[in-house]
Amino acid sequence: MQGLRIAPLLAAALAGLFVAACRPDADVQPPEAVPGSVLPANFPAPVYGPEQNPPDRATFELGRSLFYDPVLSRDGTVSCGSCHQQAVAFAHEGRALSPGVQGRLGTRNSPALQNLRWRRTLLWDGGVANLEVLPLAPITNPLEMDETLPHVLDKLNASPEYRRRFQQIYGSTPINSQQLLRALAQFTAGFTSADSRYDHYVRGEAGGTLDAAELRGLTVFRAQCASCHATDLFTDETYRNNGLDRRFPLDSGRAGITNRPGERGLFKVPSLRNVALTAPYMHDGRFQTLAQVLDHYDHGVVESSTLDAQLRRPDGTLGIPLTAQQRADLQAFLHTLTDPALLSNPQLAPPK
Amino acid sequence: MTFRTLSAYSFALLLGAATLSACDDDTEKPATGTLNVELENVVGSQPLTLGQSYSTLAGDQITVSKFNYIISNIKLTRDNGTVWAEPESYHLVKQAETASRSFAIKDIPTGYYTKLTFTIGVDSARNTAGAQTGALAPDNDMYWSWNSGYIFLKLEGTSPQSSNGQIVYHVGGFRTPYNTIRTVSPALPAGTASLAISKDKTPQLHLKADVQKIFTGPTTIRLSQLSATSHMPDAKSVQLANNYAAGLFSIDHIHTGE
Repeated sequence: MQGLRIAPLLAAALAGLFVAACRPDADVQPPEAVPGSVLPANFPAPVYGPEQNPPDRATFELGRSLFYDPVLSRDGTVSCGSCHQQAVAFAHEGRALSPGVQGRLGTRNSPALQNLRWRRTLLWDGGVANLEVLPLAPITNPLEMDETLPHVLDKLNASPEYRRRFQQIYGSTPINSQQLLRALAQFTAGFTSADSRYDHYVRGEAGGTLDAAELRGLTVFRAQCASCHATDLFTDETYRNNGLDRRFPLDSGRAGITNRPGERGLFKVPSLRNVALTAPYMHDGRFQTLAQVLDHYDHGVVESSTLDAQLRRPDGTLGIPLTAQQRADLQAFLHTLTDPALLSNPQLAPPK
Repeated sequence: MTFRTLSAYSFALLLGAATLSACDDDTEKPATGTLNVELENVVGSQPLTLGQSYSTLAGDQITVSKFNYIISNIKLTRDNGTVWAEPESYHLVKQAETASRSFAIKDIPTGYYTKLTFTIGVDSARNTAGAQTGALAPDNDMYWSWNSGYIFLKLEGTSPQSSNGQIVYHVGGFRTPYNTIRTVSPALPAGTASLAISKDKTPQLHLKADVQKIFTGPTTIRLSQLSATSHMPDAKSVQLANNYAAGLFSIDHIHTGE
């Protein structure tokens, strides 16, 4: 009973302590949260949660330096940021295919990088299963950075500045591949896009108003598109053949990873966040505008043995029929997914 | 008699000391020992030397320039049926790196062990995990970066029977139907009932890996038909894995240790 009587006192004292701690100091600004440390309320549970690589300012900044440093490429001309530009949600503005070292063109469209914490697999074919090892693909691809991991480490270890920064964080030398990859993952895990007008709308926040056309577009979207572009991440992360081609002689997509014939021509369903800015579209960047994409689903889908079942209609025709009005409304809605907080966050820009 | 008295006295002292030190530690640690494992790569009855020409059992000529593999998840089964698993058990063996061909397994509970089990390759969990270090660091020449996962076994070289003169086998993959993870339990040498792990003696287990066994077993592989695996998991990789699971490794002998 003695303990019970003391408890309220203790609680009051503790509350006082918290109140004091919460009172802002007039002179001291609260430190800005490291990008990637906040999980949006309207998202499902992350795959690469913050606990796996706890966000920390120094590591984040190191990852940021590495992301924008062409030292990762063989001849020092291409950085991650060359083909993944913040202003367009870390896609490559206006480029169907991107040039790697010596201007070599890749084979697929540089995808937007956003909400990577929630991705079970990465790349158009899902060949990479963990955010930390994602950079190995572009670093070693001869058409992209054409570099080897041991050589990147040699170059980083020859830099006193990088040696100092890595040692400060990881406490050991020389710099190893795990440190490099985890630092990069801290930065790329910070590309959270959850502050579009649509997000404010679904969370019932200030500024979350959609006009009549956008709301009609949302209704069409939920009925016709959301089975694949699912959840507030706008992808169900499956692989599907969306009827672009009859054959897949140059790029078999997911089958190139799994070697399963039934997966020829399947590519990852991309997120539609910031989609108004990430043109051109599709895994090979063949469509220049959203109007072309919607036209494709309405009347451009072609037959192949692995065509997704959702694009087959009961009457034997293919695609998703959309009226001109529905297409216009869908476009209006898709523009509400643009998120200035990602596109202009100075913490994600190249370091000064 | 003096000796006996003293010895009894010192025994009592020792026991006291042991009891005292046991009190310092809440959990009583069981006695453990170490096992040294030595890998010897061979071609039939001859030791493997890189750059030297050998013959497969089917009569093809082969010169090996690289032979690497990953052994993982080593388990030891005791005579009473209990199984001990080495923690963080990943070992990369490279013919070109002498030091990689022997390693110590530590902290094994003392006792008599009748079975050795290990995986050739890497479990699927680590194939999809984040950046690893040590034997599993992705810069060890045993990692596919565009289809992320480990290469479990790498055999490279030349052969006059190969269509292009080259032999490039990179075997890996953990997804159905091209899963090449194989777990093996090579038998103890004939006449050896068990492997004794004790506090004072460190036995040495001598494993042989016979390159010839990659080409024979469930499927006889002629170098004219298979000069390379594609650089990804496929049906040919599975054939090679089935072969090497059947007979690549044998326990040649065990030194009881000093």
